[in-house]
Amino acid sequence: METSTGTLRRLARYVPAVCLLFLLGCAENYPQTTLNPRGDFARLVDGLFRTTVFWAVIVFVLVEGVLVYAILKFRGRPDDPEPRQTHGSTVLEVAWTIVPAFILAAIAVPTVKTIFKTSDYATGDVVQIEVIGHQWWWEFRYTELGVVTANEMHVPVGKTVNLRMTTVDVLHSFWVPQFAGKRDVFAGRHNPLWFKAEVTGIFSGACAEFCGEQHARMMFRVVSQTQDEFDAWIAQQRVGSPLVNGGRVAVDTTVPADTAGAVVPPAPDSLQEAGLALFNSTGCIGCHSMVGAATAGVVRMTGPNLSHVGSRNTLVAGLLPNTPENLAKWLSNPDSVKSGTLMKLPRKLTDAEIATLVAYLRSHQ
Amino acid sequence: MSVAAAHALEHPTSTGIDSKKVAIWTLIGSECLLFASLISTYLVYKGKSLVGPLPHAESQCMLHGKMQTCEPIFEIPLVTFGTAVLLFSSFFVVLALYGAQKGNRKMLVGWLSMTVLCGLFFIGMQVYEFSHFYHKGLGYSTNLFSSTFYTLTGFHGSHVTVGVIWLSTLLYRASRGKVPPEKALNLEIAALYWHFVDVVWIVIFPVVYLMR
Amino acid sequence: MATSVLDHAPGTHAQAPTGIWSWITTVDHKRIGILYGATAFLFFLIGGLEALFMRIQLMKPDNTFVSAETFNALFTMHGTTMIFLGVMPLSAMFFNFFIPLQIGARDVAFPRLNAFSYWVFLAGGLFINFSWLLNAAPNAGWFGYANLTSNQYSPGLNTDFWVLGLQILGVASMAAAINFFVTVVNLRAPGMKMLRMPMFTWMSFITQILLLLAFPVITIALVLLMMDRHFGTHFFIPDGGGDPVLWQHLFWIFGHPEVYILILPAFGIVSEVLPVFSRKPLFGYTAMVFSGAFIAFLGFGVWSHHMFATGMGPFADSFFALSTMLIAIPTGVKIFNWIGTIWGGSLQMKTPLYFALGMVAMFIIGGLSGVMHSSPPADLQQTDTYFVVAHFHYVLFGGSIFGLTAGAYYWFPKMFGRMLDETIGKWHFWLMFIGFNVTFFPMHFLGLNGMPRRIYTYPAGLNFEFWNQVQTWGSLLLGVSMLVFVYNIWKAARKPANAPADPWRGATLEWLIPSPPQEFNFGTVPAVGSSTPAWDLRRANGGALPEPKPESGAGIHMPRPSYWPAVTAIGVLVVIGSVLFTHAFHQWFFITLTGAAILIYGIYRWAFEPAF
Repeated sequence: METSTGTLRRLARYVPAVCLLFLLGCAENYPQTTLNPRGDFARLVDGLFRTTVFWAVIVFVLVEGVLVYAILKFRGRPDDPEPRQTHGSTVLEVAWTIVPAFILAAIAVPTVKTIFKTSDYATGDVVQIEVIGHQWWWEFRYTELGVVTANEMHVPVGKTVNLRMTTVDVLHSFWVPQFAGKRDVFAGRHNPLWFKAEVTGIFSGACAEFCGEQHARMMFRVVSQTQDEFDAWIAQQRVGSPLVNGGRVAVDTTVPADTAGAVVPPAPDSLQEAGLALFNSTGCIGCHSMVGAATAGVVRMTGPNLSHVGSRNTLVAGLLPNTPENLAKWLSNPDSVKSGTLMKLPRKLTDAEIATLVAYLRSHQ
Repeated sequence: MSVAAAHALEHPTSTGIDSKKVAIWTLIGSECLLFASLISTYLVYKGKSLVGPLPHAESQCMLHGKMQTCEPIFEIPLVTFGTAVLLFSSFFVVLALYGAQKGNRKMLVGWLSMTVLCGLFFIGMQVYEFSHFYHKGLGYSTNLFSSTFYTLTGFHGSHVTVGVIWLSTLLYRASRGKVPPEKALNLEIAALYWHFVDVVWIVIFPVVYLMR
Repeated sequence: MATSVLDHAPGTHAQAPTGIWSWITTVDHKRIGILYGATAFLFFLIGGLEALFMRIQLMKPDNTFVSAETFNALFTMHGTTMIFLGVMPLSAMFFNFFIPLQIGARDVAFPRLNAFSYWVFLAGGLFINFSWLLNAAPNAGWFGYANLTSNQYSPGLNTDFWVLGLQILGVASMAAAINFFVTVVNLRAPGMKMLRMPMFTWMSFITQILLLLAFPVITIALVLLMMDRHFGTHFFIPDGGGDPVLWQHLFWIFGHPEVYILILPAFGIVSEVLPVFSRKPLFGYTAMVFSGAFIAFLGFGVWSHHMFATGMGPFADSFFALSTMLIAIPTGVKIFNWIGTIWGGSLQMKTPLYFALGMVAMFIIGGLSGVMHSSPPADLQQTDTYFVVAHFHYVLFGGSIFGLTAGAYYWFPKMFGRMLDETIGKWHFWLMFIGFNVTFFPMHFLGLNGMPRRIYTYPAGLNFEFWNQVQTWGSLLLGVSMLVFVYNIWKAARKPANAPADPWRGATLEWLIPSPPQEFNFGTVPAVGSSTPAWDLRRANGGALPEPKPESGAGIHMPRPSYWPAVTAIGVLVVIGSVLFTHAFHQWFFITLTGAAILIYGIYRWAFEPAF
């Protein structure tokens, strides 16, 4: 009996480590894992998590171990003599009330400390970003830097970003697991979140509060860049931003447009005119802000700001890679890509119209 | 002694209290949480209305699209009187119950009628109050105050109404001699419910009408 | 007015009547228990089917087995069904059948109220599922967060069906809770002091108190939501000054006690089964009673641990973190006492014991993941992911369902006079145990590795495919285990009803009467000297008890059957369901009035008919 318990105890020491290794090992393959923190907030809560896992695994091995042991050892037969009729033990009751209390205290103390560290806004030299949830896309406004964009948040590595978050419709939750825990967003008020990216790269995030039909497709990307890259991105995004001069700056669109099909789009100079004409006539202007269009200076609209849509990595709230084919697919039938989407075109667009729009939009880098 | 009473003696309950009485206390306990939720909601939204009319005198509030001086919409004297009437009705039902237990039909019917009248008066006061508020521009969805106020007092008022119907049924039966001392328990249970409804009002009145 | 079973009138029933009408008018707690059980089991299977459809959809990324809206309805209805139409009424089956038997009573305190609660439950279950036929199944989650559930963002009947269905079911729960509370308080046999009651009755008693205190809160929350949806108020709507977080507070002040409502009866069953099959008394009976009471009490103080991501502020977060951790202590006490019960025992490895031990083993896991959630900063990575889905399935399925299944195998002979097959039972157990763990254990990993919950699909690049497939296969295995269970029941039904009164050497009063019991339960009401009266009698009789002979029941007056409870239930359905028509036409209020007329007429006829 002593040996079994002793062996169990010896094994128990290794199990937490094994489990953590196992989890860590797995984590490498999951782009959206919480187990491989790349930001300070995520690292903080991960430390707390590991504390709870440690104790949980120890308790699990001990208690399940004793349970399984007891089941195996005390199996009986119908004709066995009646076992000793113990009714209880006050000593044990006290012991197994107090010992768990101590274990919980070991979790409670770092918990409360971490709560106070992570509950408020970050101050000091931070990048201020407003996060606004919509059904079903994310709006990001760099209020001090004058940028309005959607579904792709750029951050400078090694510098804290301070998020001030809200929604214009229902509850959503902003979650980029590699950098931070999640926080829900509510209409009419703001919730804080901050993090400092420790490495560069592109990281995926998702909405984490059920928000209606396409909650599953409300994803986003966080692009962590060097300070120089970030500054360059800001400079580019400022051009035509509604937060800068009411959007009244022309965008440099000499980047050649590529095509989505056999139909040949208009030449680059007239592309802007043709594209803008379609942008207006097919109703895009009703929901989207676009440099050069009448809505250039409008900060809040139903749909994302498209002034730099060509430069984003993904389309449709992180769903599709930003390619001509995917953009064409989206424009030809949004509801088939994302059923229930609030993007409703007044009519089916022709292939020529789609080709022009694709080229026009992709020219806005 | 009736069959019922005889057998009740043969099969005593574990607590010695009739099961119907335990049941009404249980219901009362549960209803405390019902009213606690409504009162909490009222308190959470107290002072948070975006527009008027408002319950108490404020220097300014938003009315009909512009900031104006705000007249308090509550008529405290009337409601105080209604509160007193309800309080007295609880006393009257105690007298009616005493009459029932002693087999004094005149006392029972007399005081039970007074109880029902008081209940009806209270409901009438509330109906008057609500229509008065409505004419002053306080509809159900006008602001957070109106929504929480009408919901809370409406729930209370509907409980008063149920109580009035219950007591009226007993009054009718009592007048026909169908509430002898052996059946006094039925009145006692209705009376307990009535007292509860009264106690709830004793909480609502200061919290809603008097507190600023 | 004769409304208590203690008031008698002449007339007895020699034998149980047959036919559908006898079931519609029954006021016999045993029959009502069977009605609850059969109905609940059917709803449970429907909920399981909803789960299977979800699991098939999630088997591969970007799957199109069901649409987004259908999936959202599936997870909403799966949760609502399993909680309100599955676990709760399955527990009610056992409350109904066994609380009176365990306390030595002839019926519950208010037999017609008992029947009423069943009919209202049936009405509520049919009402909310009727929505499927209109393609308007509730689809905003079983928790219905504002302001998604406002009329602006959930136009259509879906959320109305949800709100009104829950209100109807709430009436059933409240009626039953008052009934069982009074029954336990007032109808105990001589000598059955509170601290001699069986553990199942104790835990069920505490559950009734939770029901009585928690349901009014959600009743109000649902009323306020309905007012927002159809009468222009802004209780939870931000642009009128309202706060969606208020919904969450009200909902979870109900919702957290609700999860203890779901688990305590299963705790009670395990606390009955383990001693009987270990051949020794429950370890720490008093500690078990008080830990159950303490859990229930504390359960009202932890609700905001469902809201750690809402930004309540550090003081609120800290308070609820600590109260949640605190509740782990009495829960642990129970687990340790169960182990203490089997320790040193002579374990009779029969199917009820398998399920009871399975429950303890799975609940340990669910409880530990719960402790992991109790730390708000860590929870910011876990909440709203599959990690939470894993946690609550371990406690609700691994806990409640395994516990209820243990009760089913344990009490089936008493209820139906037939034994369930041991071999099939063990197959059922292992298939369910393996299927359950294969389905839900990987969810811990998926959640920690970034899969949010309540999503109808996921993209290909996040590596979620493998474990989702594993989980789907596991859920199919779970489905197979249910078929095995149904087969076991069907096979038993074809046997003659000749099971012994006490096949397990039980400790409590229900084992002293025939299987199934006669209508009046006990010929002579037994006197009780301890919490194990059947064992006491056995010991006094030299170790064995003769098979109880059926008694004549002469002179015992049982309550008379009645259809007024069913009529009144129809009134409730019409009054509450009529609100569905607010959009349809202006005079919808007339439907409400008709329902009120039926309701009031039913109540008056019920009140003034003789009970015997």
